Formats: sequence, C-alpha cells, structure tokens
Amino acid sequence: MGKMIINGKECEFTNERNVLEVIRNNGFNVPTFCYRPDLTKDFGACRMCVVEIDGRMIQASCTTPPADGMVVKTNTEKVREIRKSILKLLLANHDRECTTCDKSGTCELQRYSEEYGIKDSDVKKFVQRKELLPIDDSAHTLVRDPNKCILCGACVRACEEHQEIAVLGFTNRGSRTVIQPMVGKNLLESECIGCGQCAAVCPTGALTIKSYTEQVWEELMNPEKKVVVQFAPAVRVAIGEMFGLEAGENMTEKLNAALRALGFDLVFDTNFSADLTIMEEATEFLGRLNNGGKLPLFTSCCPGWVKFLELKHPDMLDHLSTCRSPQAMMGSIIREYIPQYYPEFKAENLVSVSIMPCTGKKAEARREEFRRPDGTYEIDYVLTTQEIARMIKAAGIDIKKIKGEKADSPFGKYTGAATIFGVSGGVAEAAARTAYEVVTGEELKDVVINEMRGTNRVKTVELNLKGTPLKVKIVNTIREAEKCMREIKAGKADYQILEVMACPGGCINGGGQPMSCNDSTIKEKRAQGLYNDDATGELRKSHKNPDVQELYDKHLEQPNSHKAHELLHTTYRNRRKDCYISVGE
Amino acid sequence: MALNIDIKEEQRKAQEVITQQGLRVLVCAGTGCVANGSLKVIEKFKELGADVSTLTEYDKMTIVPTGCHGFCEQGVLVIIPDKHVTYVKVKESDVEEIYESHVKNNQPVERLLYTDPATGNHVHKNEEINFYAKQTRTALANCGHINAECIEEAIAVRGYEALANVIASGNPDAVIDEIEKSGLRGRGGGGFPTGRKWRFTAANKGGKSYVVCNGDEGDPGAFMDRSIMEGDPHKLIEGMAIAAYAIGADEGYIYVRAEYPLAIKRLRKAIADAEAKNYLGKNIMGSDFSFDLHIKEGAGAFVCGEETALIASIEGERGMPRPKPPFPANKGLFGRPTLINNVETLANIPVIMLHGADWFAKMGTETSKGTKTFALTGDVNNTGLIEIPMGTTLREIVFDIGGGMRDGKKFKAVQIGGPSGGCLTEEHLDIPMDYDNLIKAGAMVGSGGLVVMSDKTCIVEVARFFMNFTQNESCGKCVPCREGTKNMLAILQKIVDGKGTMEDLDTLEELALAVKDGSLCGLGKTAPNPVLSTLKYFRDEYIAHIKDKKCPAGVCSSMTSYVIDPEKCKGCSKCARNCPVGAITGEIKSPFTIDQDKCIKCGACVSNCPFKAIERK
Repeated sequence: MGKMIINGKECEFTNERNVLEVIRNNGFNVPTFCYRPDLTKDFGACRMCVVEIDGRMIQASCTTPPADGMVVKTNTEKVREIRKSILKLLLANHDRECTTCDKSGTCELQRYSEEYGIKDSDVKKFVQRKELLPIDDSAHTLVRDPNKCILCGACVRACEEHQEIAVLGFTNRGSRTVIQPMVGKNLLESECIGCGQCAAVCPTGALTIKSYTEQVWEELMNPEKKVVVQFAPAVRVAIGEMFGLEAGENMTEKLNAALRALGFDLVFDTNFSADLTIMEEATEFLGRLNNGGKLPLFTSCCPGWVKFLELKHPDMLDHLSTCRSPQAMMGSIIREYIPQYYPEFKAENLVSVSIMPCTGKKAEARREEFRRPDGTYEIDYVLTTQEIARMIKAAGIDIKKIKGEKADSPFGKYTGAATIFGVSGGVAEAAARTAYEVVTGEELKDVVINEMRGTNRVKTVELNLKGTPLKVKIVNTIREAEKCMREIKAGKADYQILEVMACPGGCINGGGQPMSCNDSTIKEKRAQGLYNDDATGELRKSHKNPDVQELYDKHLEQPNSHKAHELLHTTYRNRRKDCYISVGE
Repeated sequence: MALNIDIKEEQRKAQEVITQQGLRVLVCAGTGCVANGSLKVIEKFKELGADVSTLTEYDKMTIVPTGCHGFCEQGVLVIIPDKHVTYVKVKESDVEEIYESHVKNNQPVERLLYTDPATGNHVHKNEEINFYAKQTRTALANCGHINAECIEEAIAVRGYEALANVIASGNPDAVIDEIEKSGLRGRGGGGFPTGRKWRFTAANKGGKSYVVCNGDEGDPGAFMDRSIMEGDPHKLIEGMAIAAYAIGADEGYIYVRAEYPLAIKRLRKAIADAEAKNYLGKNIMGSDFSFDLHIKEGAGAFVCGEETALIASIEGERGMPRPKPPFPANKGLFGRPTLINNVETLANIPVIMLHGADWFAKMGTETSKGTKTFALTGDVNNTGLIEIPMGTTLREIVFDIGGGMRDGKKFKAVQIGGPSGGCLTEEHLDIPMDYDNLIKAGAMVGSGGLVVMSDKTCIVEVARFFMNFTQNESCGKCVPCREGTKNMLAILQKIVDGKGTMEDLDTLEELALAVKDGSLCGLGKTAPNPVLSTLKYFRDEYIAHIKDKKCPAGVCSSMTSYVIDPEKCKGCSKCARNCPVGAITGEIKSPFTIDQDKCIKCGACVSNCPFKAIERK
C-alpha cells in the first residue's frame, strides 16, 4: 500500500508486484519484451521498461518493487534514448523479413519500432546479422526461427515455470547466445509436448505455430474434395479477439457461417464429441470404480498431457482413460458415418479439418494410432484459432456482420457440459453431471459445481453421489500434474479422478489462441464466455444430447461397446525412445 | 563462552614446531614461480640439505614452499629470513651455489640478488627492495612467509586467534560493530561498506543463512585473490568463520574458478586441517557455533563474479545475473539470507579483529580505510602483486614501487580496475587513490588491476582489448550488454583498422551511455568505462586514427608502415631473405625498398636488420 508519483500524477498502489504493474494500473504503459504477468520469475533482460526514478537513476520497472513516495518518470529523453538504442540493436541482429513473417502484425518488436520511429538507416549503423541459422520446422506443432529470436527468455521461462519440462534453454555466452533445445537438437526429438505456451509468450516470430492454412486453402479450392470441419469449445470465445471483439464473446453461430462461407462443406462442433467423451469416460470410470480398475483415472483430452505421460511416466499409462480426445473422436466418427449420411462424401474425397485452440492437437492428429491403412490420417489438417481467423480475413468475410448459422447434423448439437471442456475443471464438471444421474438414477437439479470452476491451477473437489463419495482433483500445467504423479507414486493420492490440462487455465489459454500474454484478465473473460454458453443453453448434460443419443441408438449401441471401443478409444505407449534424451531417467 | 582449546597454547606449540625446523629456506611455490621451476629448486635444496652434517650453525635445514610474494617477474624467489636475504630469478642450477656459499659459508651470492634498476646496486633485504619498501602488507602479510599447506605455520602467526576470541566473547553484534568501525569496504570492486552488508544480512538472522566467498577472480591480470587462497588459505577460512559467527550462518561456500587448481588444492587441505582441529565444523572449539565450509568450482565465466550470477551458479543454474532487489542479504543462495564477500575483504577480517578497528582505520583515507592490493603490470620496471595503504598516489606506485618506467619510456596513462575501470593520466598521478577519488576520475578500484602504459601504447587498442574481453564474457541476458558491447567492439575494431568515421565516434558514445544506464548487472553497467574514460582523456588519439589515419603510438598495424632508410641501408639483403611475403626487393650493396602493398607488417625485417635501417612509422 502506498502512493507514488508517475509522470506527475499521484497514483495509489496496493499489492502490485513491481513498478511496471503500478504504471499499467494507472493509465500509463511502458514497452517490454520479456515481462509477462503470468510468469513469476522476474527476469529484467530486455531493459525496454526502463524508467527514471528520482534518487535511483534509471531502473527497469519490471524488477523494481513499488515504494511509497517514489517519483517515476516513464517517458524522459534518457529512457527514450535507451529504448531506441535497444530497438536498433535488436533490429540489427534480426532477420528483418517482416512482411513475410508469420508474426507480422502481432510482433512486438515491429510494433515498438514503429512507435519509436526507428529508421532503417539507424539500424544499418550497427553490425548486421550475417548468416542465417537453420530454421527448425521438424515438429508438427511449432516452428523455431533463431534468426528472429531476441533472447527475451519468455519461452524458456514459460516451459520451465508452467510445464517444468524446460525444453528450451540458453546456450553459449555474449553475442553468441542462442535459445535452443538441449545440445542443439530439434524440437521433434526433444521432450517438447507441443503445448505452444512458448509461442504464446514470444514477442517476435522466433516461435510460431506451424501453419497448414495453405494446404487447407488448396483442399477448399479443389472441386473434387469434400471438406468437413469441426471446431473446439475454446475457439468460439477467443476468435472474436482477432476481429476486435471482446474476449469471451461467443462466436459459435457466426463461426459456423464463416466456415461455410470459406467453402467448408460440412461444419460440425467438437462440442458434440465432447459430449460423447463424457458418455465414454463416465462409463469407463464407473466401470473401473465398480470392478476394482486402476484409479485415479486420468483424463485424456489434452494431447500435451498425454505426451508428457508417455515420455516421463510410461509406468502410469494404465491410469489414463482410453478415451480418445474429442478431436480424435470426431475425426473417426466423421470418417465412419459421414459417407453414410451424405453419399456424395466418399472415403477418397473426404477431407477432415479441425480448428483447435491448441498447437499440441497438430501432433495428436499425427499419432500412429490415428493413421489409416493408406497412410493418411483420420484428421488431415489441424488449424489453430489464429490460423482460421487469418483465413477468414483473407477471404474477406466480415465475421462481425455475418448472420449466424447452426452447425450441420447429425453431429452439430451440443450441451453446456461439452462447452465447458474448454476451461480447466470443465471435463470434471461435465462428467460429474452425467455420473450423478447414472449412479443415483435421479435428476440433477443444480448442475453448476462452483468449486470446479475458475482458472486456479489446483482444485480438489469432494462430491457425494448419494452415498458414493467421489474425490476429484483438477490441475492445469504440467508442473502441477508432475506433483500429482509424485503424490500418486508415494501412495498419498486419495482422489479417484484426475483432470489435467497442460495450458494454464485450460484450452481457453491454449498455444493456438490469439496472443494475450500481456493481459492476465483475458483468459478469465474467455472462461466466463464458456460458462455463459453453458448457462444459456437448453441442454446441460451430455447424456441428454439428442445427437449423441441417436449415435448410440443407431450405431454404437451403448457406451464402451465393442464398436465404441473401435472408434472412440485408443492405446498409449512408452515414447521415451522417440526422444533424444530419456527424461526422468 | 568457555572454549575447550587455549589458542595461545596452540600458538606456542606451533611456534615450537617452527623453531625446530632449524634454518628455514622459503621458496616461493605460487603459480608464477612454479611455472618458473620452483618445484625443482625445492627438490634440489632438499637433496642438498639432506646431509645435515654439512651445516655449520644449524642442526637442520627446512625447505618451506610458500605462497606468492607478489614479485613474480623476478621468480623463482628464495628467502632465507635468518640470513636477511632474498634471492631472485633462482634456477635449479643456482641452488648448489646458494647452499655452498651462503648456507654453509655465510657468503651471499651477489649475482642472485635483486639489482635496483635506478642505482644498479644489489639489494640484500626484502624490505629494502624498492618494490616492497612502500608496501604495507596486511591481507597478504603471510603470503610468501609461511607454508600454506601447514596449519601449524598459520597458527604460529596468530591464525585462528581472532576466531577464538570472537567466539569466546559470545557477542556477534560486537563483531559487526568492530567491522563497521574499521571502515572496511568491499575489495571486490564495488567498495560497499562491509560492516553494513553484514548488518543487513544479520538482520535476517533466525533461519538458515549462508556466507559465500567470491573467489571468481576474472579480471585479466588480477591475481590477488588467487595469491591469498594459495598463500594463506587459513586467513580466508578464519575470516569466513568470523563472518558466519557474526551474521548467524552455519554453512559457507568458497566459489573458486576451476582455473585455479593450486588454490583449490590448498583450500581443500586447509579446510580438512581446520576441521581436524575443530576450527571448522560442528561446535567449533567446544562452543555452540557450527560452520561447515564447501568449495564450489566455477567453470570460468567472468560474469560469475557478479554476486547474483555466482549464486545462480552455486545453485546449479546457468550463471546469469538476477535482478536486485532482492539483495542476497535478504534472499540469496537457495533463497536464504546470504553474505557474499570477496576473498581480500574476508582476509582482512582476522587482522581487524586481532589489531582492532582503530588500528585498521589509521591506514588509508577519510572514506577508504586500510590497504588494497593491486596487480601492477605494464611498462614499469617492477611488476607483480602489491599491497598499499589506501590513499597512496599513483606516482608512488609507478615510480617507487614500480621502479619507474621500463626502458626509459614516457608515462602516458594507467588503466585501473580492469575491464570495468578506466584510464587515468598524468594529471591524476598525485591524487590519493581511494574508492571515491577513482570514481570521480572516471575509473574505479575494481578488483585492482593496474596496467601502466607508455607513449608506445595505443589507447584505442587498449579500449578495444577490454571491450573484446567484456563482449566475450557478457552472459548474453540483457540487450544493452549483449548487443551493445558487440557493436562497440565492432566500432573500435573499425577505428583500429583505420576505417573509422567521425560518425562512428558519436555512435560509440550513444552506445556507451545506453549500455551503462541500461544494463542489468555491474558487468554491463561498467563495460563502457574504458571507452568513456579514454574518449575523455585521449579523444585526440581517436581522432588521429579516424581523420589522419595515424596511430600516434605506432601500434595499430593498419596505420603503420615499415620503411627502409636509404642512408642506413647497406644493401645486405638480410631483410629481403627474411620477409615471408617477398615484399622487399633491391640490389646488393644498394638500398632496398619495401613494397607497401605486399607488406603484411609482421616486423621480421626490423628484427633482422643488422644496421637498424628499418623504421616503423
């Protein structure tokens, strides 16, 4: 608590972590590349946020604790000169192919250079980057371009702080410093789980999402092809941001319309298969509970989490639900049944595309378990929220004005239980709604479980299904999941279900979502958007979804049936050998 | 608190041991002298001394391998205290003569005595050698006079007495008071008041605290910390134990660079010996004070001398500085309150506690008390490690201790404080050297590197040299240091190569200020100092390089040419025969000429010309 003077204005502060936060909370701003409010380790590397503090000369505001009576100036000649020098130095060492860079338009280096009026002639005074280092595009998920890296270390911290995996690290000293996976290996061979949190905090084009938009455009333009698309729960509440709308605004119907306008032949909602996941997973869980199966049951929706377990704890794989993720379930359902419902869609001309908030889904789609006998995959292309927004813009579609439409049937309907899959705790809450009614045979009136909501990293909830006590642990980030693994191995886990999502807050904050790393409130708004979608929908329990009921009635008989197992479940394996270094050994 | 040992009695016993050694022959076994062959000298002495029947006055002779005396360029140094003699540049082949002539027959070997370059006289006694005469050795007092690998020798010269007194007094705060009163300031470069640092750390007493010794001496040419660790490790250990007692720590680390293998070896032995005597470890000397000491070997990154990077390195992380605050006193090693002091600072602690703060504060200036070690190098006659009271003038260092300029060269400047320091010129020769005066003059005490430069030294090249060093040693974390030093180096290289422009000079200054004000840690904040101070005092020399394409000192090869004086050339062709690129042609017995386009400026012609007919211009 205290007061400080910022640019002549008296400003109050309470528990802000540093002067930079106080500045931001009082109507001012300072530029920064390396400060990210969701990362806790104070780094102070880029020095862009320098300010003049009376009596203390020039300080980086991101690492200076607020003090009562401090007099701060954020925009003096001296600090402007330092910032300009930094920008010039960074640009001189930067591969300045800005127009063709994936980050063009969202690049912070580009933005500040424009704001500070940096001229090419100023930059040319300095030593220019001579040779370009090879670009690492080995992985399905992300592309690493060291020539665009400004060494702010945000990716290093994100991977270490959120996921405790630390794929990326600093190597070499001085001006030869680079950030790369251990011993210079590529991302594909590294322990990377593909969560994309590194790219989500990267201020430049050094870490970008591997884009498949060109391939999808090609399929859409090909009259021989029939292209089917699905999009995930968290996409609908974030894509509006790319068009200047508020985070959390539900774009489901407008997105349906925009996708059709783009040329997709059928538009389905991954929320449908989220409902399906609940049917399968709740049944699997109750089966394990009643038959002495392996518990706690781990959820299996998150590809980053699944890959982590396969790499680091292959001995725990029997805890993992055999249910495919909603994306993969939808993928197999589309392949299996769309030709039956729509005869013009044939095995040889059907293209399956999914739109995800997640970079890891790109790698999930390429798992050998989802490879078809002809070598193609059940889902052909995975696009992220960022990529589809770019396509919509390129097609000249004004998503703000477009009239909303419904998804196609028979796999277009969804319940509120499915839509909350996009936020940490949502899978557990959805499962609980169905499990309650299955176990008790009674109707659940109050469907919201507040203890399961919110973006906190750890939530433990005890439920009572009419005499059957049930304890659920919900975590997000692998750092927290790893603690659970230690807990379970030590025999100290007293819960029966563990829900894990690798991204902080869940899919709403996935690596494929619009850039939001400077604003911690955005993920809360997106979460609220999903909760609102749940609250306003007619149906809020997965087993009440009529499309789901029809699928079982007509094709799958019942959850966990033989056919359901074939289409909706999968297997896992120890993947340590896929990685150049055996983690955890 | 009553102790279970009587340190005075221990001292008496240790002195007894030394008395029984008979004639003590001290042979320097510091790194410099070892490189010069001191181990062979020691072996030879031992071989000759084995036959005690040849000794006349003594019944025994003991060869004592000691730490560094500081006068390394004159090594191997052999001192025989009982005979009041110091021999310099001793080789294995000289040992027999010393033994026969001086040890047995009391006849000094004149030719192995130090020769005063000014008078040409031989000097017998150590304290009469000009290099030593104006020094006051406190931190280095025992270096070169005791066997560093023998704890008894340290005890005999009052080692661990201060620690025993401090523990017996039972008053940690009084120790801090005394250190504060002494006015001791950090010898690692920053000059922060040591007592205040201790008080800050002690304020967090209660849980686990650490004492860390910063022995990551990385400045080019500086070796005072190494000399202490190699020559008197017990003094450092005692200093750390006193510090631990004062601030309430029970564990400590000495961070030493792995490039100091001898220091590491002697510290390990010293720690083991001190533990065996219960001067370290659990319940020291029977008290309730415990202190465990570890050695952490650094991998040679200069930046690990920065305290937060050093902490990160001990923790097993990449040695990169962390933002301050939090200061180590509040949140340091493993997140606990940590006192970090430099080797020399800690070596001063036992001395202050033995002789008192008032005694210490009598030395030095108003704001800088005590003595400071400097590594004196460059164009002076005597180079080596010196310890002088704060406030000694540069003139005394260069012309008295240093014995004046070498080969009659003209004094131009000194670079003080290594890559973080700055240049001082003739106008600064008479200012009393202390922390504040040096900062005012645009330099800093730094770790104490002191390079004397003559008119044959190119100041731009010196700035380039240091910038190259900091650029290589930058950790790469913050932009101003990583990218700024790279570009400053590029500009300096351009100027030295004769391709600089006046606009480059502006860019250089712009960068210097951005790096200085914008960098995260001390390495970056001080990296531009050599450039800024040389630009301040020798701007003309930069301009000469840029505008006239001339290096006034004749050093920068891009701007110099070799010319044959036709008057002096006898046409012998020796130069042409030795030129590696065939740039020299001519007819025998007529003057030769050098083709400047072919010449690579290697200087082979100059060194081969018997008539001194080739000049570098």
